[in-house]
Amino acid sequence: MKEILNLKNVAVEYDRHGRKVRAVAGVDLTLNSGEILGLVGESGCGKSTLGKAIVGILSPITGEIVFDGQKVKKLTRGKRPDHFRNLQMVFQDPYGSLNPRRKIGMQIADGLIVAGMSKKLALVKAADLLEKVGLPRNAVDRFAHQFSGGQRQRISIARALAAAPTAIIADEPISALDTSSQAQVANLLVNLVDEFDMGMVFISHDLSIVRRISDRVAVMYLGKIVEVGTVDQIWNNPSHPYTRALISAIPHADGTSFMPKDLPGDVPNPMSPPSGCRFHPRCPLAKPECSGNEPELRRLADGRDVSCVLQTAGSQPVTLTLN
Amino acid sequence: MNLLTVENLTVTLATGSGEAQAVRNLSFNVGRGEILGVAGESGSGKTMTALSMLGLLPYKGKASGSIMFDGREILTSTKREYRDIRGKEIAMIFQDPMTSLHPMLTVEVQLTEHLRHHRKVSKAAARNSALELLATVKIPEPAAALSAHPSQFSGGMRQRIAIAMALACEPKLLIADEPTTALDVTVQAGILKLLHQLRTDRNLSVMVITHDLGVLSSLTDRIMIMYAGSEVESGATSDLLKNPRHPYTKGLIAALPGNSEVNSKNLLSIDGMPPELGNFPTGCAFHTRCKFAKASCKETLPEVLNLTSNHRIFCPVNPFSELSNSGSN
Repeated sequence: MKEILNLKNVAVEYDRHGRKVRAVAGVDLTLNSGEILGLVGESGCGKSTLGKAIVGILSPITGEIVFDGQKVKKLTRGKRPDHFRNLQMVFQDPYGSLNPRRKIGMQIADGLIVAGMSKKLALVKAADLLEKVGLPRNAVDRFAHQFSGGQRQRISIARALAAAPTAIIADEPISALDTSSQAQVANLLVNLVDEFDMGMVFISHDLSIVRRISDRVAVMYLGKIVEVGTVDQIWNNPSHPYTRALISAIPHADGTSFMPKDLPGDVPNPMSPPSGCRFHPRCPLAKPECSGNEPELRRLADGRDVSCVLQTAGSQPVTLTLN
Repeated sequence: MNLLTVENLTVTLATGSGEAQAVRNLSFNVGRGEILGVAGESGSGKTMTALSMLGLLPYKGKASGSIMFDGREILTSTKREYRDIRGKEIAMIFQDPMTSLHPMLTVEVQLTEHLRHHRKVSKAAARNSALELLATVKIPEPAAALSAHPSQFSGGMRQRIAIAMALACEPKLLIADEPTTALDVTVQAGILKLLHQLRTDRNLSVMVITHDLGVLSSLTDRIMIMYAGSEVESGATSDLLKNPRHPYTKGLIAALPGNSEVNSKNLLSIDGMPPELGNFPTGCAFHTRCKFAKASCKETLPEVLNLTSNHRIFCPVNPFSELSNSGSN
């Protein structure tokens, strides 16, 4: 297992009518090959922005993103350095991310042709890739509208695979799909990560699917990572009050009359984030000092990182109880 | 007596290639103060079922059969009669509150409009009712909220405003079409709690349409599972989720991320895709994806099989009958 992606203190800002909005406010994160890292959080927490920054669609104002030893630069109209071909992205909406007027085969072959392959060979390779993602070879001659949502997402994945990626950033890749397709596409991603020993950042708001397919989970709140750990650590003993609140809010489809718990209040406006710990205005366990100093990520004895004053670096996590 | 009794409802829609049945021979009922969940994938006909009850079918859409609401037949209503039913007797909330609320009008205008139409009350009285409604759905500072526009609220708050709007004329039945699908789980939990509260406080009947079995588990009393326009199984929530008996329901539940085999990253899934409108298979529509299908499933429509007084399936094979007879009482 080797580290293929390293983020240090990454911050991304948007300009909103002249005011700066810091959507990502200092994130440290690593991704290893052969690993699926789930990135979860409520809408507006900056998880998609972070995903876009990683592949270079947005450029961070501070910090650096290192992919396979080299710093990621913002995408421009010019040709991208060959090195970054291996860093690919899959988007949420397979309707918007495919060109409706071009044949599927050519859209997949684009990347191969840019890399210097002949058109004829690239189309054969495109058919191979379509087969790989569970579609018929003759799909190369068809158009996006002739496929269902799940099939289109498979095409998007085949297109990403054309560059033989070592890391894939998948932004809500199954959220727009039907129940039947969700499981099928999730399984496809898991198997591809396994087969090609890729690393994948799986951005999702659906914690139950993240729990199932991820190795590690990073929880984001208002532009910051609040907790990172293995799936078991996060799920069985969340050590940040926000992580715990997120997990308690998931309904159980088990026929018991379990009532999920809501987390009152909304995600604050990132234009004016709260002082101190960003979660303190909504935190049921907040202490007076939480509004003062912003807690840093600290490593606990079980190897996870968490930013909460209730946890002490180097100790076992304190089990939290929300009422 | 049930509040709503639907019998042999068939909805026909006009498609590019002629007419197609989106809902086929559907019968179900909703009791007073009961929360019924309707589950199915997109294209299973669950939304068309709801729209036919409100006279809101798309252009050239036709419904036949019978919809008895509060003791009278409403399927044969004229457009004018439907205007009196909508909002006053049956109200509906939709998935995306940003598109179901008018972006340019204040909350006050939107909350009082139908009160003034249906109830013919004064502006001041309508305003007071609106304030009460906002308090009921737990909007902080109702007075300030009245003069605000929808864009000033978060998704969860907008959905609460949409619910307040739906409740304005005290309908007997609330239809909620994917009410929490667009919301974060933390916010979703609050909406579920609110719907529960409304049922308890107002004896409101609710029909929740969603593909999310987790939502149905915590919210509903009974669940009906639909596939290709027809019911495949229905039963009390805990019974149906713990002891599903139709192969489709069984597959849906097995595909839940929390239910797949532990220590495996792979999710179980039902092979194939749900059929598209106008292309529903003959016989049992699920036979093309069913592991237990027999030759006869292709030809004959499945008859209802009552497992208990409150749990039924539409499957002649009944492949799980020998597995468990416990729990289904």
